Amino acid sequence: MDEIAAGSLRSNLKRLPRTIWDSVIRHGPIRSDRTRSQAVFSNLFLHIHATRTHVRSLRFSTTMAMGVASFALFAILGVTGILLMVYYKPSTELAYNSVKDIHFVVPAGRLIRNIHRWSAHLMVLTVLLHMTRVFYTACYKGSRQFNWVIGMLLLILTLGMSFTGYLLPWDQLAYWAVTIGANIAGSPAELTDALGVTAHFDPGGFTREILLGASEVGQEALTRFYVLHVIVLPLVMLILIGVHFWRIRKDGGLGRPGLAVTPAGKGAAPEDTPPTVPAHEPTKTYGLMCVVKDRRPATNQDPVDTVPSWPYLLNAELLVLVATLGLCLLVSLAADAPLKEAANPSVPENPAKAPWYFLGLQEMVSYSAFVGGIVVPTLVMIGLCLVPYLDRESGKAGVYLDGRTSKRTALASLCFGAIMAVAAVAVPVNYGWLRQWFPNVDQLLVIIINPGTLLTLAYMAWSIWIYKRSASTRQAAIALYTCFIVGFVILTYVGSELRGPNWDFYWSKADWPVH
Amino acid sequence: MSERLTPEPKTRRDILSWAALGTASVTLLGAFGAMARLIKPRLLPEAASRFSIGHPEEYVSGTERIVRERNVVIIAAQGGVAAISLVCTHLGCIVARTAQGFSCPCHGSDFDDQGKVLSGPAPKGLPWLEVSRRADGKLQVDLKREVAAGTFYAV
Repeated sequence: MDEIAAGSLRSNLKRLPRTIWDSVIRHGPIRSDRTRSQAVFSNLFLHIHATRTHVRSLRFSTTMAMGVASFALFAILGVTGILLMVYYKPSTELAYNSVKDIHFVVPAGRLIRNIHRWSAHLMVLTVLLHMTRVFYTACYKGSRQFNWVIGMLLLILTLGMSFTGYLLPWDQLAYWAVTIGANIAGSPAELTDALGVTAHFDPGGFTREILLGASEVGQEALTRFYVLHVIVLPLVMLILIGVHFWRIRKDGGLGRPGLAVTPAGKGAAPEDTPPTVPAHEPTKTYGLMCVVKDRRPATNQDPVDTVPSWPYLLNAELLVLVATLGLCLLVSLAADAPLKEAANPSVPENPAKAPWYFLGLQEMVSYSAFVGGIVVPTLVMIGLCLVPYLDRESGKAGVYLDGRTSKRTALASLCFGAIMAVAAVAVPVNYGWLRQWFPNVDQLLVIIINPGTLLTLAYMAWSIWIYKRSASTRQAAIALYTCFIVGFVILTYVGSELRGPNWDFYWSKADWPVH
Repeated sequence: MSERLTPEPKTRRDILSWAALGTASVTLLGAFGAMARLIKPRLLPEAASRFSIGHPEEYVSGTERIVRERNVVIIAAQGGVAAISLVCTHLGCIVARTAQGFSCPCHGSDFDDQGKVLSGPAPKGLPWLEVSRRADGKLQVDLKREVAAGTFYAV
């Protein structure tokens, strides 16, 4: 660089492309591990990665790529969402027709809308699978406790994005799913009514009014949902995703056996420790890059089993992005996003079904709106958030169900969870429930004692029993999580496949009555 | 290290800093609270809760008529005219008239022809609504005023 003196205008012009490029990318050509590191840490967007990545993190089996796929879907949803906003009109008069225009008239509109719809569905799936992977590999321990909670918030936000987006086409599906959803938000009134205090204390009605801005789903609700869907929730999500990634990097990358599990809040060594040369593989190397001249940090030891993030990690991420995009594209070419008739506030869909990931919830809601729609989901979310704080055993992170006991617990919980979930559906379907047995039963009992609460209690009791038996919080957590996942899958299947008109039970859709 | 164990005396600067920080916090919280009021509407945009259902002579005892756009069924009997809401008390779907009474398409709540819950998740029966006579002689229903089940307005 030094030999290039400030030249004449002519030579400056000749060198213009080169000097502009060098002013943007300031580390020069990438030829050594040092410049590879610089490529990562001198770039605002890339420096969310560490400069070196453990080879284990790059293996497919470590993560199944579900976290990166979720982010890829978030990006795809952002881009296609902005494109849809070009034509979409958030008004009850115009919304349905503008979506119809996007579907039938706008160039590439149908494809973009399909990608947006299907990648939203896919994202719920990848987020759930990512959470399941993190749980079974015990990667919520030590300093990662709070990152698990951020992950839970991101799950809730993902579901919130889906729910708010569901209303926007303003078709029958949208209108009735959101009417049901808003009434679930208002369902604490069930309890306050049963206690006779609604006139003085009505949290359900308040929430419902804030959500809809009116007493029914209408223009106010559409405007509110639109604002939430296109700016509020994505913005909050983007910030939380940034924090989520940043903390993984600060915790030394993905959890793996041998990586020191630092206690929460004590990521760094105590302040009075004299500086030492690390004796083990480094968890952070970026600081050294600025002071050493060598091709790799001189720590008297190679960074064990690590490779430069540039290009290995970035290539892997690009591969996941392309694969995800490809999958969305294939699905979108094969199947069209649904669009029913325009919303009609007098005639509900029959059956009026929410998107698949809410159908487990809808199954629970069909026992009691308040318990199935508010109490049980809140308990599940709080329970999941508390997992890293209640299970603080130091386990081997990064290994699926480490040890024979864990595998046995998971298998037993799988069976128990499945039997209980099937029973929770089969008993009311075959024998009815409280109101058929005792027609004048008190409403409070109907709310409190229903298949949903009994299922939740059974799962909690099972987990406590496992804890008593194994004296291990990790085993108890495995038991509870496995039951939760199995229950979710079975109830979702029942809700989507086995429930027909009037939410009656049918073994096959072919048995549905024709009307 | 050791001098950290002895608490530093509070200086005037510390106390002024706390005062400034407190003032800033209260101001910001107050501003945020005042702004948050915006999302709770003062008036709800909705159609008038009272609507006319025509002259009493139009109703022959033993018949019923469904007012679709208001989701209400008008029942005419010996004792007079009554109105029952068709909005399911569970999650707000519109119930359908069946042979035994009413049934909800969304989560399968069943009601008898008086709106009493027979089965399903509905927490209470279909509300009976107040029927009254307007000054011009027509009957009207008020969606906001519930009456006891079985209350007929004598015409």
